[in-house]
Amino acid sequence: MAKEIVRQTVSEDGTRTIAASREFSLKRFFLQWEWMLVLMLIAVNIFNLSASPNYANARNILNATRDFLDKAVVVFPMAFVLMLGEIDISVASIMALSATIMGVVYRAGYPMAVAMSAALITGTICGMINGLILVKFRQLSSMIVTLSTQIIYRGIALIILETNSVGGFPKWFGSIAAGKVGLVPYGLIFIVFEALFFAYLLHYTKFGRRCYAMGNSVTAAQYSGVRTDRIKVIVYTMAGLFSAVAAIYLASKMSSVRPDIAKGYELDIIAMAVLGGVSTSGGKGRILGASLAILVIGYLRYGLGLMNASSQIIMIVVGALLILTVAIPGLKESVGNTNWFRKLTRH
Amino acid sequence: MMSKIKKLFSSNIREISLVIVMIVLALFVQFRSGGNFLTPENISDMFAETAVLGICAVGMMFVIITGGIDLSIGAIMAFGAMVGCTVLKNNPGIPTIIVVAIAMAVGLVSGLVNGVLVSKLKILPIIATLGTMNIYRGITYLVAQGSWIKQQEMGKTFLSLATGKFLGINNLIVIAIIVYILAAFFMTKTRTGRKIYAVGNSEESARVSGIKTDNTLMLVYTLLGVIAGLAGTLYVCKYGVAQGETCTGYEMNVIAACVLGGVSITGGTGRVPGVLLGAILLGMLNNAMPLIHISSFWQDAIRGLIILLSIIANTLIQRNVEIKALRRRNI
Repeated sequence: MAKEIVRQTVSEDGTRTIAASREFSLKRFFLQWEWMLVLMLIAVNIFNLSASPNYANARNILNATRDFLDKAVVVFPMAFVLMLGEIDISVASIMALSATIMGVVYRAGYPMAVAMSAALITGTICGMINGLILVKFRQLSSMIVTLSTQIIYRGIALIILETNSVGGFPKWFGSIAAGKVGLVPYGLIFIVFEALFFAYLLHYTKFGRRCYAMGNSVTAAQYSGVRTDRIKVIVYTMAGLFSAVAAIYLASKMSSVRPDIAKGYELDIIAMAVLGGVSTSGGKGRILGASLAILVIGYLRYGLGLMNASSQIIMIVVGALLILTVAIPGLKESVGNTNWFRKLTRH
Repeated sequence: MMSKIKKLFSSNIREISLVIVMIVLALFVQFRSGGNFLTPENISDMFAETAVLGICAVGMMFVIITGGIDLSIGAIMAFGAMVGCTVLKNNPGIPTIIVVAIAMAVGLVSGLVNGVLVSKLKILPIIATLGTMNIYRGITYLVAQGSWIKQQEMGKTFLSLATGKFLGINNLIVIAIIVYILAAFFMTKTRTGRKIYAVGNSEESARVSGIKTDNTLMLVYTLLGVIAGLAGTLYVCKYGVAQGETCTGYEMNVIAACVLGGVSITGGTGRVPGVLLGAILLGMLNNAMPLIHISSFWQDAIRGLIILLSIIANTLIQRNVEIKALRRRNI
């Protein structure tokens, strides 16, 4: 959370009362990061509209979400990981490994439901391994641990499937990604519930507050009785589990699994979380912001695709957008401290 | 005398443990491959393969010591090399040194942009370089326009940079040795080098003691850019093809080499000899696994496992040394 302004009032008998909650201020309300994202989302949509007049119908807008739902599933648990001041670059490899395990179990003749549970279990175990290594060896930074597990997990997927792919899943499995209720794809409904769940977890439970506390200072959180190790393991396990969910969605969308799926997804996922206002140094961020950022990046990509922009241009635009948005607070600070700006704003 | 040796041992524990791992690995591979590993040709091959990675690792070390990280190094390598090779393709026969200089200039500008983003705009290094990675990679694709620059288009004089020899040693190795000597001198003997360590230990106290931290940060990212430009050219020269996706994911190899070499991601620690050993260890793994007939599908997992195990072993050793040092202290 940003600096909170604590109001102190001194009453006549000398006792001080500190305002428990922040006073509502319209200025502060509109200066929130989320408003920036809303504006960006509107801008992106206007841009898309000008790119194609056919853009503005409900079916189109809802269908477009399918392109980025697989990444969106992992953004929320990733936000938790970042909130702790840690990072997890192994999520894409966990996706590949769980998809591979699912394919292999299915190929071995087990029903699809068993294969899917196998994928979920794989993801959970992978995430838990990340968390446990970090907790057991505290000097190791999460960047390094997940960097090496990233290589290992995808390596295991490569050992299992080599260059083969597994396909031929039952028809209903394909409908996970393709199916709809009315006009709304199943995946979108799932994401909405996931976002609500994570928003509740982060903003309304003790667990969420403890995550914030750990992000601000692990040592302080530990001394105030937070079981930091346990929370870290839980958060990493969550990231693993939801990577497996994303893997199932992705496999359903592509109707086959290969060990090289989801390559490079981790960076996109981190980019979405960061654009949503989640700080990679920990202790900062909200689920609402992350959700909006998913939509901004997702629809921007979709719109650039509508304009027939090449994927190279899309890369450049997304990269520039990421830098511009995170640069704004720094820009305010570095420009705000220069003499000419002070003179300008004094009057 | 004894205590001196002991001190030498405990202060170089990281490097010594790496050397031990390397010796064990070399003997094991030598034994398993029937004597094909420790032959002069293979060792020369191995070092030539590792040279590019080693050069990059030096640049990354500067950045990581300041507590930052640069994910865009692979993209800068491709960007610099692509621009250099495009110029070469359009003007066949220009001297190799100009191609290298162009690539390094592109790297310098790219690195400077990273530096400004990190130091002046206060963007977290991982985010800033994640963004610029996309941008540089995108521009590289645009420069390449979907086509490859092949060996024939590069010309023999350019390709001889990677195949030629100087005093009987492959040029790549010579360049890497020069880079390492310069880097070792820079980090230990110059004031700027020591400032990099100071910024990494605590940016705040470095600033308070009069170091212009912004300039130091900008310097390390720019240096990395220049080094990446050089390394990118050597890379395409060695493999004889420049394309849009050259070196995709290379940043992870470079970071792994640094970490194996004992550069702490939190900043402040890391030494040039360690990074050299880390790069060589990774190079040895890459070279040795095909020699002892490990299937290529197994290589990634084994490489990852060895990286993980060695950093865990390293922290265990470190922890042990620290505990012993605490016990020895008289209270």
